[in-house]
Amino acid sequence: MSAPHRELPPIVDYALLPLVNVTVAFLVSGLVVLAIGENPIEAVRIMIAGALGYSEGIGFTLYYATDFVFTGLAVAIAFHAGLFNIGAEGQATIGGLGVALVCLTFDGAPWWLVAPFAIAASALFGAAWAYLPAWAQARRGSHIVITTIMFNYLAATLMVYLLVEVMGKPGAMSPETRMFAEATRLPFLRDFLTPFGIDLGQSPLNPTVFVAMLAAWGVWLLIWRTKFGYELRTVGQNPSAAVYAGIDPGGIVIVVMLISGALSGLLAVNEVMGTQHRLLLEFTAGAGFVGIAVALMGRNHPVGVVLAALLFGMLYQGGAELAFEKPKISRDMIVVIQALVILFAGALEHMFRPTLARIFASAPRDDR
Amino acid sequence: MRKTSLGLAALAAVVAVPALAADIQPAVLYDLGGKFDKSFNEAAFNGAEKFHKETSVEFRDFEIQNDAQREQALRNFARKGNSPIVAIGFTQATAIEKVAKEFPDLKFAIVDMVVDLPNVRSIVFKEQEGSYLVGVLAAQASKSKKLGFVGGMDIPLIRKFSCGYVGGAKSIDPKIEVFQNMTGTTGAAWNDPVKGGELAKSQIDRGADVIYHAAGGTGLGVLQAAADAGKLGIGVDSNQNHLHPGKVLTSMLKRVDVAVYDAFADAKADKWTAGVKVLGLKEGGVGWADDANNKALVTAEARAAVEKAAADIVSGKVVVHDYMADKACPY
Repeated sequence: MSAPHRELPPIVDYALLPLVNVTVAFLVSGLVVLAIGENPIEAVRIMIAGALGYSEGIGFTLYYATDFVFTGLAVAIAFHAGLFNIGAEGQATIGGLGVALVCLTFDGAPWWLVAPFAIAASALFGAAWAYLPAWAQARRGSHIVITTIMFNYLAATLMVYLLVEVMGKPGAMSPETRMFAEATRLPFLRDFLTPFGIDLGQSPLNPTVFVAMLAAWGVWLLIWRTKFGYELRTVGQNPSAAVYAGIDPGGIVIVVMLISGALSGLLAVNEVMGTQHRLLLEFTAGAGFVGIAVALMGRNHPVGVVLAALLFGMLYQGGAELAFEKPKISRDMIVVIQALVILFAGALEHMFRPTLARIFASAPRDDR
Repeated sequence: MRKTSLGLAALAAVVAVPALAADIQPAVLYDLGGKFDKSFNEAAFNGAEKFHKETSVEFRDFEIQNDAQREQALRNFARKGNSPIVAIGFTQATAIEKVAKEFPDLKFAIVDMVVDLPNVRSIVFKEQEGSYLVGVLAAQASKSKKLGFVGGMDIPLIRKFSCGYVGGAKSIDPKIEVFQNMTGTTGAAWNDPVKGGELAKSQIDRGADVIYHAAGGTGLGVLQAAADAGKLGIGVDSNQNHLHPGKVLTSMLKRVDVAVYDAFADAKADKWTAGVKVLGLKEGGVGWADDANNKALVTAEARAAVEKAAADIVSGKVVVHDYMADKACPY
């Protein structure tokens, strides 16, 4: 990515540029809000106050961010190997199946005993769902974008079948399993923090957020501190050179996709075991696709992914508050605002780069 | 003088009572389909809007974007003191159950599902009865003796519709054939008119000449395709006869608007009751749409048949099988 652009100081590249992008996105969103006859400054105030202004809002923001960290990391690690994993949605869905099977089997057992198995199952099921597309890409050259999209639909179909015909609660209208026993559910952080005077309200934030942090650290370690990470970056940047260096790109592709699928699957721990306490259709709510935007915005670096996930968490939670407070601003408007952020921070990422480069080039250089 | 003050007092009492009773802050929470789906959720909005127009009591509403927001929105309503809070759709049940327990003094209602709590009114419909009636009409109108059904997603609720429809059709002619297709497996299946149209076309290619849909926004494509091919469509939930006058045989009415309106009105008039309300044909909760747009389509013979079927259902002589009861359709 270096060729057409002049090197920028890291602080500009990683902080100022994204900041400019997000600001412009919000300015354009403000125009849209103005056009439907609402006060944009008021809208921004409600959004920020809703996302960060009170502890329950913060809880919700972090809860959404947890989902996006997992899917963002999943997309990011695949990017490093030159793969575009659009299948995080399906992998997370199947991960949910793994979590539900474990929780229903050990129903009633204490959560701290079940959690390791549930986490392992979510990762395993997510990885398994990524295996076939990965194998087809590595050994048969079927494009991973196409196959992972297909597998999203297959996952959705499988879930409808299982929840309607096999696992569904008998006599219930909605296709979902029975609730897990109280003891088996992940506890909410709010129950831990109340004694310390921190009131998270009714937010569904749960210990999975720490798993997400660990996953981010693990991904960083894997990509930049291991031999495998070096190999996967080599494959991503130049597969022919990788072959010359004695690396089997096919094998790397398969393993990277398994890891990517496992990371997506972990989302289900947050949703199924931590929040919904049952398996239901579409609990992923599009987080798999938001993950693509998060990875783009976070420059495929775990720290960037975490920050971008936080921003999207704020947009989700603040957006809900905004739609709630202002009847004129419908949920579709919130999607427009989110889309503008993705557009400016992702697709038009480099729009302001030349300008910034010129400004910093004209500034006196510190060449010692 | 005395008379005047008495009269004033009486007047004051008359004024005071509505002022007190009008002190409700109703709210509606729509399902994922969204407020303006021309069908299920929109019926709820219409009911609330009708109440607003008649009483000028303001109501709040919210469209959720994902499952986590159900509880959040209900709680937001409850904290602001809204009551009654009406949640539309069976998927809201778990959230209602939680939030209604937290706010035992507020009134809640849910459509399409039963939540057994002392402050919750559960409103369920006998969709099978309405579907049975439109099945009777479809069988009467069909020349090819082949009917179509396009559902949104393959879930029990939609099979309840299709089962009643098949039952009604076969009560007229046991040899009648009904093609059934479901649109998809994700929430998008409720809002995919293009695919709905394609499914309808394929059923028409196989010989179907009357097609019933229970697919929310997707159904608009079904009705369009049927109208384009010179066949007949059947609408659902709201009266959709006007969408293609003369090309929509009838609509299966599910009076969600009445349910919402009643919930608001009962709360206002202090006549609120919790518990299960089952709205079938007898209660006027379901039915078939009969208006100027489809007058020419319903023959005297068909009208006689459907009225007989309706009378039999109301009297209990005919019991339309409820798919939900045993997850099987005997027709």
